Amino acid sequence: MKKENVIEAHQLTKTFGDFTAVNAISFEVKKGEIFGFLGANGAGKTTAMKMLIGISKPSSGSAKVAGFDVYTQTESIKKNIGYMSQKFALYDDLTVNENITFFGGIYGLPRKKIKEKREQLVSELGLENISNKLVGSLPLGWKQKLSFSVSLLHEPKIVFLDEPTGGVDPITRRQFWEMIYKAADQGTTIFVTTHYMDEAEYCDRVSIMVEGKIEALDTPKKLKEQFNVDSMNDVFLKLARNIE
Amino acid sequence: MKRFIGFIKKEFYHIFRDRRSLFILFGMPIAQILLFGFAITNEINNVDIAVLDHSKDATTEEIINKISASKYFTIKQMIAREADIETAFKKGKIKAVLNFEKDFSKNLIKEQKATIQIITDATDPNTANSITNYINSILQNYQQSKNKGIVMEYQIVPQTRMVYNPELKSVFMFVPGVMTIILMLVSAMMTSISITREKELGTMEILLVSPLKPFQVIIGKVVPYIFLSVINAAVIVLLSIFIFKMPVQGSLFLLGLESVLFIITSLALGILISTIAETQQAAMMISLMGLMLPVILLSGFIFPISSMPAPLQIISHIIPAKWFIIIIKAIMLKGVGLAFVWKETLILIGMTLFFIGLSIKKYKIRLE
Repeated sequence: MKKENVIEAHQLTKTFGDFTAVNAISFEVKKGEIFGFLGANGAGKTTAMKMLIGISKPSSGSAKVAGFDVYTQTESIKKNIGYMSQKFALYDDLTVNENITFFGGIYGLPRKKIKEKREQLVSELGLENISNKLVGSLPLGWKQKLSFSVSLLHEPKIVFLDEPTGGVDPITRRQFWEMIYKAADQGTTIFVTTHYMDEAEYCDRVSIMVEGKIEALDTPKKLKEQFNVDSMNDVFLKLARNIE
Repeated sequence: MKRFIGFIKKEFYHIFRDRRSLFILFGMPIAQILLFGFAITNEINNVDIAVLDHSKDATTEEIINKISASKYFTIKQMIAREADIETAFKKGKIKAVLNFEKDFSKNLIKEQKATIQIITDATDPNTANSITNYINSILQNYQQSKNKGIVMEYQIVPQTRMVYNPELKSVFMFVPGVMTIILMLVSAMMTSISITREKELGTMEILLVSPLKPFQVIIGKVVPYIFLSVINAAVIVLLSIFIFKMPVQGSLFLLGLESVLFIITSLALGILISTIAETQQAAMMISLMGLMLPVILLSGFIFPISSMPAPLQIISHIIPAKWFIIIIKAIMLKGVGLAFVWKETLILIGMTLFFIGLSIKKYKIRLE
């Protein structure tokens, strides 16, 4: 079954003065896919992602996200995507309920819908007893799960996750990935950056960025065959060494 | 619009749940106005003085009584010998000593001339100056009452009249200044901190990725502070009217409009600072050093601009607070209308537009 592309990037480039942070990357992401966007720190992952979510203008190349152009239609892109950054980004001094209401509100959801979503979300995460507590008092794992759910609140076509599991314990990471699978099953496309190589194994396809370029792009299984190794970790190390 | 209301609601949650900002917003204005009104003042009241009376006659007694009857001075000590003057000062309580020469009455009648020495503690020159002036005027008063009916040739009696603040109450001078500082502090510092806070927490990124436009985010952050600053300005004016009996001569409406204008100027500055500063601490430091210090030192609030050296006078022109102080002093104390302050008002509007333009430009560069 041929699925439609929800992200298409062609020769996408970003330069800061003399420095080329993202060097002519091209790739497609299909609907409902979990796309892993890997790379060492400073490889250009975050910069590439910022261009796709419409908060940074590309220097050259072209890209379409959810069918909209990253140069001219950033407003439409923003309505159709969810985003969760590596910094935990809910308001600590607002309660669980208030955070959900606020983020529902800035995406323009009607009040009734927000209420519905809030109740559903709180019961799914098992937060009934603490939905009126300040978010700041929750453990990090819960915050992260809540943050992910909030980014899905307006039912976006694509969710961009920037290192979502930094600093959480393995059990929570596991639960987090279950949530990701569930969202993908419902047709949401997941674009996730990470540097946990075991997480890369969970993705449908992964791309590996080294020094601004995409050096490898395929399913984890094929990549392991191609590099003749047992784990994504080794794939990554081999790639990084070759470049050096 | 509904998005916007939700945003503002959230902003108020931030403010009301943070004790520190609540204190800056509401504790500080009241504390400052009371401090400046009651404690920090140029007036003298109940100053302790000592008297060394070498003649002890009817005239000196009359003068001493007159001085101690005034509310400005309390006679704490009678000194017997010159040598004790020093000790009296060193104890620190006495701020001035009156030293009557020997045979005071006799000299006055015989030679038409007698001498009182006024010795003041000039470790605080301003107070020393005021004390001397007050005592002088009491003495002059006494002299005039004595000379009634006696015609003298060629006598020049200067009649001074202080207008707009006849009692020279220093609180009248401080209220406009304090109001300026507080509006500046609340508007510029608090907004710059609250915007940089979102940057630090990473929530700014989330907001920029949302369908909210950048300018909506900024306006949403600013509106609550406009509202709170207006309340603050009203509280300050009410306090000064009811507690310090400061008359507001001019139109309260004009005063309100000018205050809103200045609040917007400060907010624009706050936004500008937040585009430069990456952390809350940096925003606070820039606000304090870059805004508070010039406001306190160069706006004419404490030190008169006309007696500053020329370069500082020129610098004072670019300080928005200077113009606002001129405007509100004129409205509050002189009771003038817009016809007299339109020039200053235009300057403030110009500065505001400039700051807003500059921050929009800076903001765009950041987004590129």
